[in-house]
Amino acid sequence: MAEPRVVVVTGARKGIGRALAEHFLSCGDTVVGLSRDASDLEQPSYRHLRADVCNEDEIRTAFGEIRRAFGRLDILINNAGVAAMNHALLTPMETVDRILGTNVGGTFLLCREGAKLMQRHRFGRIVNFGSVADPLRLEGEAIYAASKAAVVSLTRVLAREFAEYGITVNAIAPTPVATDLIRSVPSEKIDRLVARQAIRRLGEFRDIVNVVDFFVRPESDFVTGQVLTLGGVG
Amino acid sequence: MPPPTEEQVLQVVYRAIDEINPGLPAERRLKKSACTALFGHAGALDSLGRVNLIVAVEQAVEDELGASVTLADEKAMSQSTSPFRTVGTLAAYVWRQLGEHGGRG
Repeated sequence: MAEPRVVVVTGARKGIGRALAEHFLSCGDTVVGLSRDASDLEQPSYRHLRADVCNEDEIRTAFGEIRRAFGRLDILINNAGVAAMNHALLTPMETVDRILGTNVGGTFLLCREGAKLMQRHRFGRIVNFGSVADPLRLEGEAIYAASKAAVVSLTRVLAREFAEYGITVNAIAPTPVATDLIRSVPSEKIDRLVARQAIRRLGEFRDIVNVVDFFVRPESDFVTGQVLTLGGVG
Repeated sequence: MPPPTEEQVLQVVYRAIDEINPGLPAERRLKKSACTALFGHAGALDSLGRVNLIVAVEQAVEDELGASVTLADEKAMSQSTSPFRTVGTLAAYVWRQLGEHGGRG
């Protein structure tokens, strides 16, 4: 029987990250969830590490633990992200730094440390998270959209840098999904956004799982640097 | 854990060399000697080989000395004489980094 895959999911405590962690566990994988806070997910194949994705010391320590515990990493899902919906004229630099630090800096840091572990076995699958906020040019989300555009650019360049090691790097760009991230967004704004999609509904966890499964399967070893946008956007 | 000696750090670098050598063409494999040139005219490694060696050394330091170091930092890149010239200068640089920061272990 094949060894279970070792999967890291960031932002695994709730929402999409939690759904993905549970999905990989249901596939028989070993899952390490990362988030700033503790998780109530308890399963023998699940380990939760508390770390802030934009804190270099904490992430290096977490990956040191993963390396000592499992000696490998097969799949990295960079789901952790933050948003703040505000008109640009009302966006403080503190918010700018926080969004770019988490979404761009955090994604880069995880890719870097994840790839160090993956390159030992010449295999790896990294899935980053873009957003339809970028292709839809969403007003009120200038910094969030810019951060996700940066994640897409990062994905494309890292795909080339990591190809040598048998590591693919792809991104999913979800539509809004009913999670905490959009809870504070007025429903009229969400309705207007959904109306711009070819398929007019909110995304669901299963939509994300479907794309992630495609990117991480062994047969997708010729697919890298790609962005798959949900809902017919773009 | 007492701080490692420079010789201990050199041995850790040798173990990192053991790790990357199988991936190098036979004629470019690194000899385990402090005098072995790594980069430049006489060096054996290309830019990707340098990346692989630095990552292997960082991981070997963490595995064997229980400390975390970042070797390719801005300080290293800005030095007029690269700390990555030879196996010996690399080991000395790691040893100084461990002394200065104690690692993050």
